[in-house]
Amino acid sequence: MTHSVENAMAMMTRTTRWSHWETLFWLASLALLPLFPNKALLFSQIAIMGLFALSLDLILGYAGIVSLGHAAFFGVGAYVAGLMAKHGWGDPTLGLLAAASGAALIGFVTSFLLLRGSDLTRLMVTLGIALMLFEAANRFASITGGADGLQGMMVKPVLGLFSFDLFGKTAYLYSLTILFLLLILARRIVYSPFGLSLRAVKANSLRAGAIGISSATRLVAIYTISAAYAGVAGALSAQTTQLVSLDVLDFHRSADVMLVLVIGGVGWLYGGIIGAIIFSLMQDWLAGITPQYWEFWIGLVLVVLVLVGHGRLQSYARMLIHAITHKGRVAHPDQRGTS
Amino acid sequence: MTAALTTHDLVKNFGGLVATDHVSLSIAKGARHALIGPNGAGKTTLINLLTGVLQPTSGRIQLMGEDVTAISQHSRVKRGLVRTFQINQIFADLTPLQSLGLAISERHGHGSDWWRVAGTDQGVVAEAVETLTQFGLGDVLHIPTHHLPYGKQRLLEIALAFACKPQVLLLDEPAAGVPEEERHDIIRILKSLPADVTIVLIEHDMELVFSYADRITVLVNGGILTEGSVDEIAKDQRVRTVYLGEDAHD
Amino acid sequence: MVTILFDGIAYGMLLFVLACGLTVTMGLMNFINLSHGAFALAGGYVTAALTQKAGLPFLLCLPLAFLFSAVLGMLAEKLLYRRLYQRSHLDQVLFTIGIVFMTVAAVDYLIGSQQQSIHLPAWLRVRLDLLGGSIGVYRLFIIVLCGILALAIQWLLSHTRFGSQLRASVDDPRVARGLGIPVNQVFAVTFALGCGLAGLGGALGADLLGMDPTFPIKFMIYFLIVVTVGGTSGIMGTFFAALLLGIADVAGKYYVPQIGAFVIYALMVAVLILRPQGLFTRGGSR
Repeated sequence: MTHSVENAMAMMTRTTRWSHWETLFWLASLALLPLFPNKALLFSQIAIMGLFALSLDLILGYAGIVSLGHAAFFGVGAYVAGLMAKHGWGDPTLGLLAAASGAALIGFVTSFLLLRGSDLTRLMVTLGIALMLFEAANRFASITGGADGLQGMMVKPVLGLFSFDLFGKTAYLYSLTILFLLLILARRIVYSPFGLSLRAVKANSLRAGAIGISSATRLVAIYTISAAYAGVAGALSAQTTQLVSLDVLDFHRSADVMLVLVIGGVGWLYGGIIGAIIFSLMQDWLAGITPQYWEFWIGLVLVVLVLVGHGRLQSYARMLIHAITHKGRVAHPDQRGTS
Repeated sequence: MTAALTTHDLVKNFGGLVATDHVSLSIAKGARHALIGPNGAGKTTLINLLTGVLQPTSGRIQLMGEDVTAISQHSRVKRGLVRTFQINQIFADLTPLQSLGLAISERHGHGSDWWRVAGTDQGVVAEAVETLTQFGLGDVLHIPTHHLPYGKQRLLEIALAFACKPQVLLLDEPAAGVPEEERHDIIRILKSLPADVTIVLIEHDMELVFSYADRITVLVNGGILTEGSVDEIAKDQRVRTVYLGEDAHD
Repeated sequence: MVTILFDGIAYGMLLFVLACGLTVTMGLMNFINLSHGAFALAGGYVTAALTQKAGLPFLLCLPLAFLFSAVLGMLAEKLLYRRLYQRSHLDQVLFTIGIVFMTVAAVDYLIGSQQQSIHLPAWLRVRLDLLGGSIGVYRLFIIVLCGILALAIQWLLSHTRFGSQLRASVDDPRVARGLGIPVNQVFAVTFALGCGLAGLGGALGADLLGMDPTFPIKFMIYFLIVVTVGGTSGIMGTFFAALLLGIADVAGKYYVPQIGAFVIYALMVAVLILRPQGLFTRGGSR
């Protein structure tokens, strides 16, 4: 009996363990800096986009909320950090904390609007809130700088030690560290009983209620966490580029982050990061060919992904990764614990 | 002694349609109480009212003497009122062990823990394994539920409710759609449920009702036609005309 | 005041014609389609090309715009959209956003980013003084034409065989199929008609709303508002929602220009929270 319980516990926690390829992945991302020192700014943009996509995954992949307005939280975070840096509170850590709190507050308040209603209603409400924030930022141009952007940000050195350099070295290490820490936290969250209950609510909220799980509190919690993550991504973007303009709240940003996540894989912690890497490579390559019409190719990728079936593509990719890292052992795709 | 579950003058209207018509029920502790009635008698609406999926137009519901009319579905579950579904409602991509683990953690108040990995609480896993073994699911602990054969899914449907440690368990056609050879498993499980758990059985299958229930309430057109012991109901001429008669035509 | 109300009604009527196809595909068939504006764009561009380049009279171009968008819609439905009816809402969102992005970039590439202008006949350019306000004849023309269209659509849905087939197909496709209704064809025709109306709306609205490659994105939110606020009660809900939005938008931009758009979005969110199924719902829903 005890043996079978221990066995069951081992089986249940098996897929949640830190694997070799994850270590490799993070070491490789560190190694990029000395290998391509002049690309550090680009790398930090990728890390930030990866974090933003991870934040979307928390609600879309793990809780099933389709949002067309996730840029709202990115934008709030960016403006909070940007305004603080402009008005003398340029400490990056403080900026991140304030941005996370600000975005979380707005996420918490607006999450109650998403509890009732269908996918379509949620889509509209998230879109509507992002548009309202965009309009507000546009109207209060005296504070936000409007379309021209926020002028005169002064970002202090990270932890008072590492000042931001022109090549983006500090920017990259700083963004990568935050991404790593928040990924570890997200790992904890999605593999915990709380994370499991989110998947239950997503799969069947009727039954989740019937075994005593309150869908509403779970959705409010994860939406707030996700908003905080997006706020941090926005703040990182503001601090590393010293630039915030209306663009941070644009509809395009909400649509792009969805594409990033879908490319990399929905409901998988590394999906957002992988997606950000592929997206940036694509952008780099395609924008070189037709810089003005880059949008066309985004659209084409979306259409093709849906027609081919993004889930299928990714489960093959993941089986491949699994086969490489766990040589010889055959894994059933369903046991990877995602849908 | 207070009853386990009572309703007082429960009414539910949908627009002009009266789906539940002044239903006053009293279900004794430890009873095996069946609710029967032809299609459209309002059984589904009644179960939705009892569990809090729907709010009544008027009337009250008491669980163990406490008024639960206004509280939410999941709070009623925490107070011991649990149901199963006529159509399986299981978590397709979770395993049976994960599904039961959720229900058990939630009952222990650890369902929102976010700092520890699910499956590391030995007490929860041990209880889940024990319950699943008892329900004949010990050999499929780690298989995603949508890969299980229908009969096993049906057992899981009931196990999931049982893992909530109900005081009152509402079983909505537990044997619906189950092939003959697997029905025995379900009936055996039903008969082995602890005697102190109050069971409310909503069922079409008269054979199961008469062999399992000790008391029967007959619903017609949203209201109670009659209530009595198994023998009384079997002899009741009105029940034969509205229910058994119709059943014979099917 | 009269002018604002009048402009608002004309704007609302236009929105109705533009969005009523969506009411059926999105509101009733539950297919999330964000690319509806692309078909309006097609109608607007065809009309611009025909009046400017080919010199065809405006009135003749209107049915042509309808036809062009309808055929385009029919092809798109057959080749692409049909595969998505049964897919997840996420897939539908991704796919139709993809279509919008492709349309915007392709039109920009092929024709250019400048605004298209439509050559209106002189008699439509006149302004009248009426009830103490100044009223454009073109807006009056739009109101009359769209009003007739609204009545025609309502009649089509409630009094024809096609209308009852559509209602049956939307309510329960499986049962409808069992009754021998060619559900796929009914949906295809509906989709094509909706796209055609959007094209007509694009042609009519090009002069008022402005027609450039970003039209499908700029007006996406307006279509969505009309459909979701209109609810699932059928075409009349859409009609009133469109009028309401048209008047509110024009009045808002006139009286409180600083926060005009903000008010619209806030109203939409408020309606969706208070009435998640829209302002006008079918009675007796559970």
